[in-house]
Amino acid sequence: MINLLDLVIAIPAIGFLIALVIPRAMEKFIRIFALGFSLLAFVVSLGLVAGLQSGHAGQQFVTNAVWIQNPEIRYHVGIDGLSLWLIILTTFLTPIAVLLSWNSIHERSKEFFALLLLLEFGLVGVFASWDLFLFYVFWEIVLVPMYFLIGIWGHERRIYATVKFFLYTMTGSVLMLAAIIFLYGQAGTFDYVTILEQLASGRILLTHTQETLLFLAFFLAFAIKVPLFPLHTWLPDAHVEAPTAGSVMLASVMLKMGTYGLVRFCLPMFPTAARENAPWIAILAIIGIVYGALVAMVQPNMKKLVAYSSVSHLGFVVLGIFSFTQMGLDGAVYQMLNHGISTGALFLMVGFLYERRHSLEISSFGGVATAAPWMATLFLITTLASIGLPTLNNFIGEFLVLQGAAQANFSWSVFASLGVIFSACYMLWLYQRVFFGALSDEVKHHMPELSVREWACALPLVVMMVWMGMYSQSFLPSVSETNAAILNGSKMTTPVRAGLAGGGSHAR
Amino acid sequence: MLANFVPPSSDDMLRFSPEIILSIAGTLLMVLDPFFAKRMPRLFGHISIVAFIAAIFGAVAANSVAGPAFSNLLIVDGFATFFRVLVLGIGILTVLLSYLYLDREKAETSEYHALLLFSVMGQCLMVASNDLIMIFIGLEISSIASYILAGYLRDDKRNNESALKYFLLGSFATAFFLYGVAIVYGLSGSTQLDVIRTKLNNPDIAMGAIGVAAGLMLVGLSFKISGAPFQVWAPDVYQGAPAPVSVFMATGPKAAAFAIFLRIFMTAFQQSANLWEPFIWISALLSMTIGNFGALNQNNLKRLLAYSSIAHAGYMLVAIAARSELGTSAAMFYLAAYALMNIGAFAVIIHIAGKGERHLQVEDLAGLGKKQPVTAALMTVFLLSLIGVPLTGGFFGKFYIFNAALKSNLVWLAVLGLLNSAVAAYYYLRLLVVMYMHEPGEVTQALEPLTPGLGAALVLPALGTFFLGIMPSAVLAFARSSAVFGK
Repeated sequence: MINLLDLVIAIPAIGFLIALVIPRAMEKFIRIFALGFSLLAFVVSLGLVAGLQSGHAGQQFVTNAVWIQNPEIRYHVGIDGLSLWLIILTTFLTPIAVLLSWNSIHERSKEFFALLLLLEFGLVGVFASWDLFLFYVFWEIVLVPMYFLIGIWGHERRIYATVKFFLYTMTGSVLMLAAIIFLYGQAGTFDYVTILEQLASGRILLTHTQETLLFLAFFLAFAIKVPLFPLHTWLPDAHVEAPTAGSVMLASVMLKMGTYGLVRFCLPMFPTAARENAPWIAILAIIGIVYGALVAMVQPNMKKLVAYSSVSHLGFVVLGIFSFTQMGLDGAVYQMLNHGISTGALFLMVGFLYERRHSLEISSFGGVATAAPWMATLFLITTLASIGLPTLNNFIGEFLVLQGAAQANFSWSVFASLGVIFSACYMLWLYQRVFFGALSDEVKHHMPELSVREWACALPLVVMMVWMGMYSQSFLPSVSETNAAILNGSKMTTPVRAGLAGGGSHAR
Repeated sequence: MLANFVPPSSDDMLRFSPEIILSIAGTLLMVLDPFFAKRMPRLFGHISIVAFIAAIFGAVAANSVAGPAFSNLLIVDGFATFFRVLVLGIGILTVLLSYLYLDREKAETSEYHALLLFSVMGQCLMVASNDLIMIFIGLEISSIASYILAGYLRDDKRNNESALKYFLLGSFATAFFLYGVAIVYGLSGSTQLDVIRTKLNNPDIAMGAIGVAAGLMLVGLSFKISGAPFQVWAPDVYQGAPAPVSVFMATGPKAAAFAIFLRIFMTAFQQSANLWEPFIWISALLSMTIGNFGALNQNNLKRLLAYSSIAHAGYMLVAIAARSELGTSAAMFYLAAYALMNIGAFAVIIHIAGKGERHLQVEDLAGLGKKQPVTAALMTVFLLSLIGVPLTGGFFGKFYIFNAALKSNLVWLAVLGLLNSAVAAYYYLRLLVVMYMHEPGEVTQALEPLTPGLGAALVLPALGTFFLGIMPSAVLAFARSSAVFGK
């Protein structure tokens, strides 16, 4: 039985394969094709939102079939409130990324759009997998298109950046693979639900050292991806060198693979280790929040500034996760989505500026608001969202995280809230230097107003910022339900943990 | 004595059929040489391919009457069949690779193909032997033919250097192996593996003596599989030999050597595993590390792949160190995946190398992605498989190996091995970078389109790599069922 979720996974893959065989002579057609396929995936994925039943936290839209008999590896996919919105975020941003690259990719555009579709396939797969092995497969697949996107279509130092990106992630993920194989050896299956059940019922007994080491293996892979301070150094390089669409996908979705992994795997599987290690992780997260913000403040390069702001924002997410409170976790998940929308929008608009002026240096701008007032308006909304202005999306996420962190340890939220203040400093200062001030001749002649295509890219994101800021009820309840189950499952005492794995609809 | 002579039964002949077919074909080629060498030099290659295919059928037919042959000298089991088909397949792909090379060097002769057939015949014999003497004979047939092949272009200095090094060091290694055989015979009074296994169980035999025998054989075999610390010859020899021969040496003889490695150590020396396991552990770690770190700075493509093949030998030694049926089957699977990806990568190198193999620098791949996107895409598949990215055979190979290692509690070896594979990603990525992210250089600008033979030698391994990466079950199930050596 093929359900909607399988379609959402399959559509980008089919698109990728077709795109590969489209002849080079039809390069103009390829972008229309990519847009069509990514929009199709988005529309189908909306069916998931409509079809998700509230009221039970287990997985839905499950397909569970054997892929490889021995060792048994299953194609087991499903979604819950946590993965649903990350999948939607992916399918929502992919058409935007295609549209963004409409005119800016001149060379080998066939490969470019094909790789974007492959990236979407991998990302959706990561968020949908319920089999540890399948998860790892998708996790690694994501690496390949992003490696090429940065390496082929990036800026001057692209090769350094992309190799660094690949090696960092690869190092983390081989340790995760070792941990996955070890778990398989204990449980005799890769099926995540079964492993959780076995852990909960005590059929797999991990010693304290084993649990800690396994936790660290998974944690390291995810922390590199997030990236958590001090493992973040690949991120600014990758962002600065990536083409705009690559930056958007990288910041908005790929970083969420790390935080998603923490919530999905680290907490439920290794509750004790997660809680024991929470204090230093939270401290690293707080250092990341403050450090990222301070470094962002002094960046002369816009993309680097936004990249460091990501380090800061994702610190909030990690802090929320390791506060082990309902609010903190809700805030963290909501903040994943918010960051996807608002940082995606920031990178997109920085990309607009770059296409016009062919520079990312803040100092080569100034007075843009006079030349392109609509662009200035949209950028301002995005800036405010990123700062965390009430009624816009980030406010809710950051508020919940700080609240949750305060419940866990009040001093955490005191230091973390410094990040909010700093973010106002660097973002507003950026805005001031780029959009206000004297309008130089170079800027004047190279700064046309937003085109229809650019409107089409930016507007959906701005609408989402307002929507998510004003009416979080559309999103939060289903997230909360899942989070409650995860928290409940990751109590130090074991008996109730089966609750997470439960859920009536998983077919065997 | 003649009175005791029992003629071989028809089953025995069937079990021996791959070797018979290859020998006849090899001899036939030499007879045909004077008639066709001038007129249709490609005929020899075609005949070899037909012979290899016939031998594969023979090997499969032999498996249907599995069992010992020729008074227990040979044994046809799933294990032997797996490796026979593997080395025969490698033979076919090598011939496909050689068409272009021999054409370019104007060196198409029957003797090249005859030697190749004989070498593969030796390997078929090795993998199906149940007797140390037979193993030795097979090893020698295979090795001597490959010594000559390594120096095939007689006037080429590098070829000569390569052949001489390979020959001298190879003979030393074989001598070590033979010493080991002699000691085992002295201890057990037999050269048959299953008999040795039971005889060596005798507590009266000093463990030290068994250890010496196992150690001597380990040295000889480590040389053949280019496992550290006996890997030093590999980069020089692979670099100097004709490219199709390099890839043949890196896959065929290596696969056969691994096969006898597994068979000897999992049968004759199974009981004394505690003695040799630490050495294999160390050798595995050394091979992986030396191979991967050695490859980091290589600019010559053949040398780079030579170091990479040392590293891959290390991964397979991890599987042997696991000392389990799971490990054996993992090594079998990995050898198949490794042969495919290595042959594919070498095919691309032969493609760009040009006459006299002048273009062998990493930089010569520059811009291949732009000039010949299909070739570059296929190369990408092989490189990703060598890195071990999912959906390729290389990934599942690594996975099965490290799975076996963890099952046998070799946690540290597995972790170090996996970290090693992250290091390896760096130098394979370098090739991808050059192919896709550098502007086309002189070499790729002037590149001719793929020839059909080379195209086949690229597409077939690519399909195989995907097959092993997406549907590994069939091959693995067969490996699993045949990893049990008769008890």
